[in-house]
Amino acid sequence: MVLKILNTLITVGVGVAAAVVLYWLLNKIAELLPGPWEDRVKPYLYILPAYAALVFYLVYPAVQTVVFSFANAQSTAWVGWDNYTKLLQSSSFQDTLFNTLLWMIVVPVVVVALGLAMAVLADRLNPTWEKTSKTIIFLPMAISAVGAGVVWGLVYNYRPEGREQIGLQNAIITALGFDPVAWLQISEFHVNSFFLMIMLMWAQVGFSMVLLSAAVKGVPDDTLEAARIDGANERAIFFQVVVPQIWGTVLTVYVTTLIGVMKIFDIVYVMTNGGFNTNVVGNEFFNQLFSNFNNGAAAAIVVMLMLATVPIMFYQVRNFRREESMA
Amino acid sequence: MTSTQTTMAAATPTEKTRRRSSREGQPQKAGWFARIVVFILCFLWIVPVVGLFLTSFRPRDDANETGWWTMFWTPSAWSRLSLDNYVTAWNDADLGRAFVNSLAIALPATFIPVLVAAFAAYAFAFMEFPGRNFLFLAVVSLLVVPNYIAFVPILRIYSDLEIAGTFPAVWLAHIGFGMSLAIYILRNYMATLPRSLIESAKIDGASHFQTFFRLVLPMSVPALAAFAIFQFLWVWNDLLVALIFVGPGENAPITVALRNNLMGQAGAGQNLVTAGGFLSMILPIAVFLVMQRYFVRGLTAGAVKG
Repeated sequence: MVLKILNTLITVGVGVAAAVVLYWLLNKIAELLPGPWEDRVKPYLYILPAYAALVFYLVYPAVQTVVFSFANAQSTAWVGWDNYTKLLQSSSFQDTLFNTLLWMIVVPVVVVALGLAMAVLADRLNPTWEKTSKTIIFLPMAISAVGAGVVWGLVYNYRPEGREQIGLQNAIITALGFDPVAWLQISEFHVNSFFLMIMLMWAQVGFSMVLLSAAVKGVPDDTLEAARIDGANERAIFFQVVVPQIWGTVLTVYVTTLIGVMKIFDIVYVMTNGGFNTNVVGNEFFNQLFSNFNNGAAAAIVVMLMLATVPIMFYQVRNFRREESMA
Repeated sequence: MTSTQTTMAAATPTEKTRRRSSREGQPQKAGWFARIVVFILCFLWIVPVVGLFLTSFRPRDDANETGWWTMFWTPSAWSRLSLDNYVTAWNDADLGRAFVNSLAIALPATFIPVLVAAFAAYAFAFMEFPGRNFLFLAVVSLLVVPNYIAFVPILRIYSDLEIAGTFPAVWLAHIGFGMSLAIYILRNYMATLPRSLIESAKIDGASHFQTFFRLVLPMSVPALAAFAIFQFLWVWNDLLVALIFVGPGENAPITVALRNNLMGQAGAGQNLVTAGGFLSMILPIAVFLVMQRYFVRGLTAGAVKG
């Protein structure tokens, strides 16, 4: 164990040193070039290692995944559109898509709304309480989905009727005289999916609160004053003066959360592994790859996911260009 | 005349301060409402964590037969608390080894990409070259690309090279997946540094290499720290990449070990599962609490632009 820790520290040291040497060499190569060529080539050498990582780990695999999605489970023969048609025709995958869509509709909106509420309300407390309450809300961000699974396992735990409940929710409702409920097994109206969504909201609201709080604090006082002098009440000031000025940040938080939700895997994998109709695209990908050993279907799922992110990608790029032109 | 002006100049700020404080205080308007809502939210947020924390010290029978909240009216339960669960989870459930594995995966995967990204960010912020805008927009669009696209092809390459399951295999994967965010954050931060300073270094005869190491890198420490914290939390808490490129066994990080050795075992009591859960959270929570200020600054610097 000590050896492993030593190895880790040595790796960090050697890795960083190797990177420094690499850049020193690239810099030297540029300096050997005659006259203007040094300045022409140097920028490309500076970005080369970063782009090598991006190309190898994102760009090349994207192309390869599209190719695999048209091949069979072992990627040994072409099957045309089979992977796509089989998936889209299976009712279980349709349920998976619907669940994922439900996550995408519910989670980002709630995360933005709760984060904004927390940002605005905590802003009105005295500094000590503001700081403490924000730390509490932000804290789950540091907890992994597996850790969250343990935490929420103690909330959703279910024991058959008659035994003492050790799950918080069942303890509350049995104390009120109701029968205990296996929360994560109620697939009617996707109730169980909502309980899983609560876990992601718990983890994400802090992030939303931190960004929105900074934005709210950045709203100039005189715009609030002007509205107040005009006789607007607090509610009108919030929705007509504050919200329009922080709308850019609201969208940023919404889009960032949305991207995270589309990729959701670990919460579902840890809590139900997609059982009781809680499956989502990320978990289905993992099971196609590691339970069914079906490269083709797994790749087809990823391609669909990638296509779903394309509009967001265009939005991000457009947004970035607009901000750059304003700066 | 002069005195009036002085009075006005002096009066204006005072009035502003008074108005500001009345806005910030606002006890009449939203005091109790804000306080109650914030209190309820914080209560809901923290109670599940308190449950985990208390359960992790309880003996097996207590944890499996009674809820943790019953401790508040059973004083005898407090005397039975011990660190035994942690010892068992650390040794018998192999979480000790997994904890070290997580460190071995997360530290290199955090520090190596920072320097690589910083060089690229420097080039984007301070150097002119054809294709600069296009190449940076490529980074912006890659921010959105889900890392799922990498798994099938990279896993095949790793199997062919026989490095699947090793530490370097995960380091490299995390470096690749974190690179676009790293370049994005660092470049946006470097773009706010005073250009005149970099220009004057150039006039003094400093090369780009010197300017980078002596001037830009030290000035970018807040952004470097923000990204490093972000990447550390992300790698330490990651389950998907670890399951795919490392899997269970000798090199498994703590998320995988907790899932497979404790949560996935029907026989493991809540006492052990919660102790393991707390072991998996203690380091990221400590890093988070100590570095929260840097983290928040980094997040808001990149994202809040209006």
